[in-house]
Amino acid sequence: MRTSTAQRVTRTGILLALMLFAIVPLLSMFTTALAEPGSPPQGLSWPAHPHWRNFLDAWNSANLLALFRSSALIVLGVVPATVAMATAAGYALAQLKVPGGKAIYTVLIVGLTLPVEALITPLYYDLRSMGLLGTRPAIVLPLIGLLMPFGVFWMRAHFLGAETALTEAAKIDGAGTWQIFRRVHLPLATPALSALSVLFFLATWNQYLLPLVLVDDPAKRTVAGGLGAFQGQYGTDIVLLCAGSLLIILPSLVIFLVFQRNFVKALLQGAVK
Amino acid sequence: MPTISNPPGTRRTSTTSVPPSTTTPGERPVPGEPGRRPRRAGARRWSALLWVAPAFGMYAVFVLYPLFQSVQYSFYDWDGVGTATPAGLDNWKALVTQAELLRSVEHAFVLIVFYTVLPVGLGLVAATLIRELRPGPFNTVARVVLFVPQVLPLVAAGIAWTWMYSSDGLVNQILRAFGLGAHTRDWLGDFTFALPAVGVIGVWVMLGFCTVLMLAGIGKIDPSLYEAARLDGAGRLREFLAVTLPGLRRELVVCTTFTMIAALASFDVIQISTQGGPGYQTMVPGVEIYRLTFLQQHVGQASALAVFLAVLVLVVIWPIQRLGREK
Repeated sequence: MRTSTAQRVTRTGILLALMLFAIVPLLSMFTTALAEPGSPPQGLSWPAHPHWRNFLDAWNSANLLALFRSSALIVLGVVPATVAMATAAGYALAQLKVPGGKAIYTVLIVGLTLPVEALITPLYYDLRSMGLLGTRPAIVLPLIGLLMPFGVFWMRAHFLGAETALTEAAKIDGAGTWQIFRRVHLPLATPALSALSVLFFLATWNQYLLPLVLVDDPAKRTVAGGLGAFQGQYGTDIVLLCAGSLLIILPSLVIFLVFQRNFVKALLQGAVK
Repeated sequence: MPTISNPPGTRRTSTTSVPPSTTTPGERPVPGEPGRRPRRAGARRWSALLWVAPAFGMYAVFVLYPLFQSVQYSFYDWDGVGTATPAGLDNWKALVTQAELLRSVEHAFVLIVFYTVLPVGLGLVAATLIRELRPGPFNTVARVVLFVPQVLPLVAAGIAWTWMYSSDGLVNQILRAFGLGAHTRDWLGDFTFALPAVGVIGVWVMLGFCTVLMLAGIGKIDPSLYEAARLDGAGRLREFLAVTLPGLRRELVVCTTFTMIAALASFDVIQISTQGGPGYQTMVPGVEIYRLTFLQQHVGQASALAVFLAVLVLVVIWPIQRLGREK
C-alpha cells in the first residue's frame, strides 16, 4: 500500500497514544512503589533513590505468601472440576442425542448474562446455612456454577466443529460412547481445553465479589479479594499499596505473556463461533 | 433427577402398553416412533443425560436456585436475621419511586458509553491502524500492551486509577505541567467528574479486548474485497464503511455484548475507587445491591434490584444477539 510518510507518522502517533494510555497507570504505580516509604510521591517521577525494599515490605505486610497459596488452592478447586464437567456436558450436547438437550442448553446459556450481584444475596444465606461461610469451598462451589455456562458454551462450540467422520469410523470399529470420546475427541480438544483453563484461571484469580462477601479472612481469599482487603488496610500508604498491588498482579501478567499468542487466538475463535 | 433413574426401556414399554394420556412428563413418548426400536439406542439416549448432569447440577444449585430465591426474597421485608414479613410489591415499587435506586440504574446506562461505545469505537480505529502497519515487532507489542489491562484483576485497575486521580496523582501532575494547575482536583471526589472519571477506567479495561477482537476479524476479511474497493476508487472512509464494518459484524456483536454486561453489572472498579460516592454520584446497581444486603440489611429491597438487574441485562443484550444472528 502506498502511503505518505506524514500519514504513517500520524497513524503510529495515534497508536502510540493509545498504548501510552494503556500502560501509564501501571508505570505510575511502578515508580510510586519505588518512592521513599511514607513520603508523598508524585504521579510519575523516577525516585532519586529507588527503594526496592518496598516490595519486600509489601510482601510481608500483605502476607502475600498465604494469599498466593490460598488463591492457588481455590484455582485448583475450581478449574479442573469446571473444565471436566463443562467438557462432558459440551460433548454430550454437541455429539450425543441428549433428551431435552436443546432446552438444557438454552437454560445454561441464559446464565452467560447473569451478573454475580443478582445471586450474591441468596448465595450468602445459602452458604451460611451450609456452614461454609468463611471457608474456601464457599468461594469454590458457587464459582463452579457461575463459570459453567461459559464452559459448556465454549466446549460445545468446539465439539460441534469436530469431525463427524471420525465418530462414524470409530462406531463401525465397535467403540462405545466413552471410548469414542476418550480416544478420538478428547485428544483433539486439547487446544480448546487449555484455552478454557487459562480463562478460568484468570476468572478465579481475579474474582472479587464472592471472596469479599463470603470469606472474612483475607488469607483465605483469592488474590483479588485479598488485594481489596489490602487496599482497605493500607489505602493511605500509597507507596506500600502500589508495591503490593504490583506483586499481586504479577502472576496474571506472567501467565498472559506466556500464553499470549495461543490465548488471544483461542479466545477469538471461541468468542466469535 | 427422575429421568435418569428410569431404567432403560421403560419408556418404550409405557408407550406401547399405556395410553399416552397417562404417561408422566418425564416419559413423554416420541410421536411416530416405531415400537420395535433396539433396546440399546434408548439406553444410550438416556445415559447421555449423565454427561450433562454434573454441569447442570452445579449450575442449578449455585445459580438457578439462588436466582429463584432472589425472586422470592424480593416480595418480603427481611433483615437477614429475624423472620421475614411479606411485603407484596413494595420493594418493586421502590425501584421506580426511590430516586437513589433509579439513579443507580441511570448511572449503569451512562457507563455503557464508557465501557462499550468508546472502546468499540477506539478499538475499530486502533485495529484499522494496526492492520495498515507492516507486520512486525511493533505490531505485536501494540497488541500485547493494549490487551494487558483486560487481564488484570479489576480491583487492581481500581487501585491504579484511584492513585492516578488523586490530588498528587498523574492526571493532576500532567495538568500542572501544562500550566492548567487551576483545573486540578480530586477527580473521584468531585460531584461532576466522578462518574466520567470512573467511566474512563472502563475504557482502559475494555479497549484492548475490543481492539484485539476487531483485529482478528479484520484479518479474516478477504483481501480481494479491499483490492476491489481500491479499484473502484473508494477512499479510506468508503473502504472502511463498505468493507471493514460489514466484515466485522460478528466481532462487533461479541464486543458490544461483553462490554455492555460489564457496564450494567459493574461492581469491582466502583467498589474500590468510589464506593458509589461522592453522595450517590457513582452509585450503580451492583454496589447498591451489596450495600443494601450487607451494610443496611434490606435483603428484600436488594433482591428486587438484583432481579431487575438480571432482567435488564437480558433485555438489553437480546436485540444485539438477534442482530448478530440474522444474515
